Amino acid sequence: MSFLRSLPENRKRKIANTQVQTHHHGHDVGERLYLHRHSIVHETASYLKVIAAIAFILVAVSTPITNWQAFIGYFIWVLVVAAIAKIPFTLLFKRALIEIPFIFFAILMPFFGSGERFVAGPFNLYREGLIAGAGIVVKGTLGVLTAIILSTSTTAREILRGLERLRLPALMVQIASFMLRYINVVNDEMERMKVARDSRGFEATGLKHWRVLATAAGALFIRSYERGERVHLSMLSRGYEGVLPHDEVEKSKASSWIMVLMYPFVAVVILITTTLIGN
Amino acid sequence: MTTPSLEIKELAFAYPDGNQALFGVNLSINKGERVALLGPNGAGKTTLVMHMNGIHPTAQGSVRIAGELVDAKNKESLKRIRSKVGIVFQDPDDQLFMPTVGEDIAFGPYNMGKRGDELEALVNEALELVGMVEFKDRPPHHLSFGQRRRVAVATVLAMKPEILVLDEPSSNLDPASRRELADILRSLDITMVMVTHDLPYANELCERAVILNGGVIVADDSTRNILTNKALLAANRLELPVGFSIQ
Repeated sequence: MSFLRSLPENRKRKIANTQVQTHHHGHDVGERLYLHRHSIVHETASYLKVIAAIAFILVAVSTPITNWQAFIGYFIWVLVVAAIAKIPFTLLFKRALIEIPFIFFAILMPFFGSGERFVAGPFNLYREGLIAGAGIVVKGTLGVLTAIILSTSTTAREILRGLERLRLPALMVQIASFMLRYINVVNDEMERMKVARDSRGFEATGLKHWRVLATAAGALFIRSYERGERVHLSMLSRGYEGVLPHDEVEKSKASSWIMVLMYPFVAVVILITTTLIGN
Repeated sequence: MTTPSLEIKELAFAYPDGNQALFGVNLSINKGERVALLGPNGAGKTTLVMHMNGIHPTAQGSVRIAGELVDAKNKESLKRIRSKVGIVFQDPDDQLFMPTVGEDIAFGPYNMGKRGDELEALVNEALELVGMVEFKDRPPHHLSFGQRRRVAVATVLAMKPEILVLDEPSSNLDPASRRELADILRSLDITMVMVTHDLPYANELCERAVILNGGVIVADDSTRNILTNKALLAANRLELPVGFSIQ
């Protein structure tokens, strides 16, 4: 297997998989974000991680953007935690690109607004717009990076278990776990429909083909809907009464609590220190 | 004589759109029997199966499982009925909805109130019966079709049903998986109803066969007698594969 060593990690896993299994089902859409590593972050109970992530985001969001030193501290701390979780920085930043459509308007904010203006290079900017925009971009990025660390170090399945434990309504957890289970089935179905289309010489080149694609999407929706009904029947046949089985949960040790709460706690320390220095 | 596992009397059913599917079905199956339910597409086979555990409420006639009346309004009794009738659906992806094989098999017994070690033992036993023990922690998506079908059988076996109902068990299976499943089914000591178009499979596994056509049972005999009656098969759009003959 030495030739595998020269391949990038995800490719390696794919090859290893196909060797064990003789059939092909495509990769798991639901677990695409998870990166398997052995780290203290990976091994922590998922509900603790969710709590820590939310607490950290709350601290970051409630820090005034004018306290810019604190945000430098936050970013360094996030990168340290990513390093502890053995998440490559390139992966971290690549995944962070997902926020671009969301912060697009924040970037425009300095150009439109009212009040005091100032000139920065070729641009004539509004001060308030700049501050508000920067706040959204910086805080948004911190939130996204935190979410990426969580989703990269925890399987989607585990995150759901964590949310269930945190008393998210059972119905929402059930809907999400069914999505996780069936996204692969639906994806395979979509793939087969595409192959069937292509086999009859279809090539989506422009606007005029949208009708075909829309019809296909409609067919996929109907099929998924009908599958949902069949799944429900099969659940009823096995005595389903609205509750999915869940594991008996063990209480986490105080040490894991302390460790995981370090994540928001360090942020608080950064916030207090920078505020004191600022004054 | 002991109480039959399944007793259907004068069962009739029409869908809400007025399309009548069953016109007075009578069928009695004794404990330990393996019966093939044959019939062309649209004969009402699936509708009949859906009556066996009260998914379709009985509108007219009666269905009894081990003597107990299937009554969709009686929630307590329905719960018992559903643990007694194990239906294996045609598409295993409809049946396997939990994240892992083990959790899926635990679903039925969990709903029946089993917990802890008892639940664990039921899951392991069911996995052993279908030879899938080493796949317990795998997601169903990673299994082959034949393996998924076997797990689907295990999900209902874990409920210790009185009667096992299989909808097209051999469909989409490659020859080896088909034979493996036959071996598993033959090894089970359980009353079985097998809905199928696969006549050789019915012949291999079931000593008795009934033909459902146009919403009524038109034939009820030994599988051998039915499959050698060419006129009867032809009248009901059933055909043995070319080159296949029963001695």
